[in-house]
Amino acid sequence: MTAPMPVIIGVTLAILLGLATFLTWFERRLLGLWQDRYGPNRVGPGGILQAVADGIKILFKQDWIPPFADRGVFVLAPAIGMMTVLLSFGVVPVTAFWSIAGTLNVGLLFVLAMMGMGVYGVVLAGWASNSKYALLGSMRAAAQMISYEVFMGLSVLGVVMQAGSFTMRDIVLAQSGLWFVVPQALGCAVFTLAGIAETHRLPFDLPEGENELGAGFHTEYSGMKFGMFFLAEYAGVVLVSALLVTLYLGGWEGPLLPPALWFALKTSALVCLFVLLRAALPRPRYDQLMALGWKILLPLSLLNIAATGAILLLHAPG
Amino acid sequence: MFGILRTLWLTFLHMAHRRVTVGYPEHKPPLPPRYRGRIILSRDPDGMERCVACNLCAVACPVDCISLQKAEQDGRWYPDYFRINFSRCIFCGMCEESCPTYAIQLTPDFEMSEYLRPNLVYEKDDLLISGTGKYPDYSFYHVAGVKIPGKDKGEAERESPPIDLHTLLP
Ligand code: SF4
Ligand code: SF4
Repeated sequence: MTAPMPVIIGVTLAILLGLATFLTWFERRLLGLWQDRYGPNRVGPGGILQAVADGIKILFKQDWIPPFADRGVFVLAPAIGMMTVLLSFGVVPVTAFWSIAGTLNVGLLFVLAMMGMGVYGVVLAGWASNSKYALLGSMRAAAQMISYEVFMGLSVLGVVMQAGSFTMRDIVLAQSGLWFVVPQALGCAVFTLAGIAETHRLPFDLPEGENELGAGFHTEYSGMKFGMFFLAEYAGVVLVSALLVTLYLGGWEGPLLPPALWFALKTSALVCLFVLLRAALPRPRYDQLMALGWKILLPLSLLNIAATGAILLLHAPG
Repeated sequence: MFGILRTLWLTFLHMAHRRVTVGYPEHKPPLPPRYRGRIILSRDPDGMERCVACNLCAVACPVDCISLQKAEQDGRWYPDYFRINFSRCIFCGMCEESCPTYAIQLTPDFEMSEYLRPNLVYEKDDLLISGTGKYPDYSFYHVAGVKIPGKDKGEAERESPPIDLHTLLP
């Protein structure tokens, strides 16, 4: 039943990169739909080739490195950003039989570690750019992503307690009776917020904050290196959606349809939710963002852990 | 918290709303007649050029993109050449407002893109139309006291004949 590993890796990578590219178009169309306009609808049927056109354009742009930048780190940063997101996908189980390392016994920890590494991509980008806007953006990114990582890690602990495992596949299997979104509603909400902050998407895109910081941490980037950040962001959206599905929404499980389709359906619905957030919400002030994190989300996730632990202990056999 | 969810829901509902975008090349937006687009020079109802080369439009133009030279024939003034550099024009309509003869008018046409900048310099040939534009009945020489062939002094509309100075002598 299980396909050979190189096939799985190749197909996953191709689908993921294709999806991230396609999402750049899809998001703009969806934003247009929700804002009573069209979005890109000229190139190809429904404008779907816009993503290709953008790709061609960005590939042929001059690959420029500012003379004041730290060359090595400047080139490395987008690669780190992209790599951590792609590696995280390794442990996401698409179905029971289709995943690269869904049975890794520290799967969830691996994802958290990769997200922690992802901060480096952003911070090093800002640092190596040697420009004030980029540095301010990456400082914000560092503070925001590191603090939200804390709640992200704490919020999934409830899931781990209930499933009794860090393995992604076992977590999904443990949800065959009841999806964790019901008993872990609080954790799910915190994880969603932290996930948005982690991918620094609107409304938590303060590291980019184009109205005050130019383009934030990638101000100095152009051409395909900027494209890498861009694709990494969209791949990150897919990743957080896929993680939400795996951890809280029962992964591939569902009636009638084949498991892979269920996984895709749930993930795309969440991606649409991400776009809806972007369409509807303004960006909070920076201190509001941090206050929300430390004053509300941290106590909530601690409460969630304590409550889950207490209930599990009460129901423990013996 | 509730406010945020409400915002999300309301934005979601916009899915069912009509889009406000007008898909331009396929659907031309309806432009009102007083839209400020491509400039023309009109003629009076007799088919003569309305412009009297008074230079008021050139003076009023904030970007100095009108240039013309006066010529004269049988007492009528007309522009020898009349040139508008549309690569500079900002379509403000000041020229139309300043014109005493309704000669220069802006029209609801904006599709005048060119690949070469010099092609945006319109000469009198390009500007002059054969009709009267927005003012079908107005004719400057019929209301002005200027003498032209076929109309002597004092024969214009609402103009009294010139006073014979000799009748004023004591
Ligand atoms: S529209 Fe304005 S800018 Fe254009 S020619 Fe007339 S006065 Fe000048
Ligand atoms: S177009 Fe009007 S304002 Fe301009 S020179 Fe002719 S008469 Fe004067």
